[in-house]
Amino acid sequence: MEILWMFVKAFVVGGLICDIGQLLILRTKLTNARILVIFVVSGVVLTAAGVYKPLVDFAGAGATVPLTGFGYSLAMGAIEAVNKYGFWGAFTGGITRTAAGITAAVVFGLLNALIFRPHAKP
Amino acid sequence: MSRQPYTPDEYRELVSRLTPPSRMLRGYWRAFWVGGTICCLGQALTLWAEQLNLGEITAPMFTTSALVFLGTTLTGIGVYDVIGKYAGAGSAIPVTGFANSMAAPAIEFQREGPITGVGARLFTLAGPVLAYGISASVAVGVVYWLVKGWVL
Repeated sequence: MEILWMFVKAFVVGGLICDIGQLLILRTKLTNARILVIFVVSGVVLTAAGVYKPLVDFAGAGATVPLTGFGYSLAMGAIEAVNKYGFWGAFTGGITRTAAGITAAVVFGLLNALIFRPHAKP
Repeated sequence: MSRQPYTPDEYRELVSRLTPPSRMLRGYWRAFWVGGTICCLGQALTLWAEQLNLGEITAPMFTTSALVFLGTTLTGIGVYDVIGKYAGAGSAIPVTGFANSMAAPAIEFQREGPITGVGARLFTLAGPVLAYGISASVAVGVVYWLVKGWVL
């Protein structure tokens, strides 16, 4: 029962965060790239403001899987690294914490581009 | 008529005025359920990582890398674009969409070669995201360092 509730929370919170993106697509003239940047930077700012961490604790993957969660990892990484290493932690923490995701995207993206041919647009 | 009758702004205003509310609602519903489902997949991967006894540090790495692998592979076989057309932000906002935004242009511009084609195009969307995301995190870290040093 607890596991079911966990998935319901992830589904609803994740879905609502995506609907904010959908709102930006339908109601504004922002390009896709701008929307992605806004989401990541919002994640960083909300985490710094102390708002996003409670959402992550509540919704789990519902808050970490959307791109705002990438911003959350960047900001948390920077803050934790400052606690650990002082000033220079600000420069290493963000990337360190997100290194696996970024590297996976680069490597798998590259591999895919080497393996697959372009498709016709659906 | 050879001249464009509407400026892009006027056209957008016209589209949003004339699109029936049910179509808009359908867009929100699709983004909601597809986005929610991808997050549930992430939740399932997190549970799996716990089963595998991955630590607090490595478990999120596992989840994110697996989702990124899924996003790039579905892009490679041409499925993610189909999902994207259906779900809009529902597939663009999750981290699988970030993976898609790297793989898709890299695949599309293969003919421009491995360096300026694939290598550079990987970052057409990821570049700005990383540039602003990383810079914002450094700003947060520096401000936190200042606050920690002088206030506390």
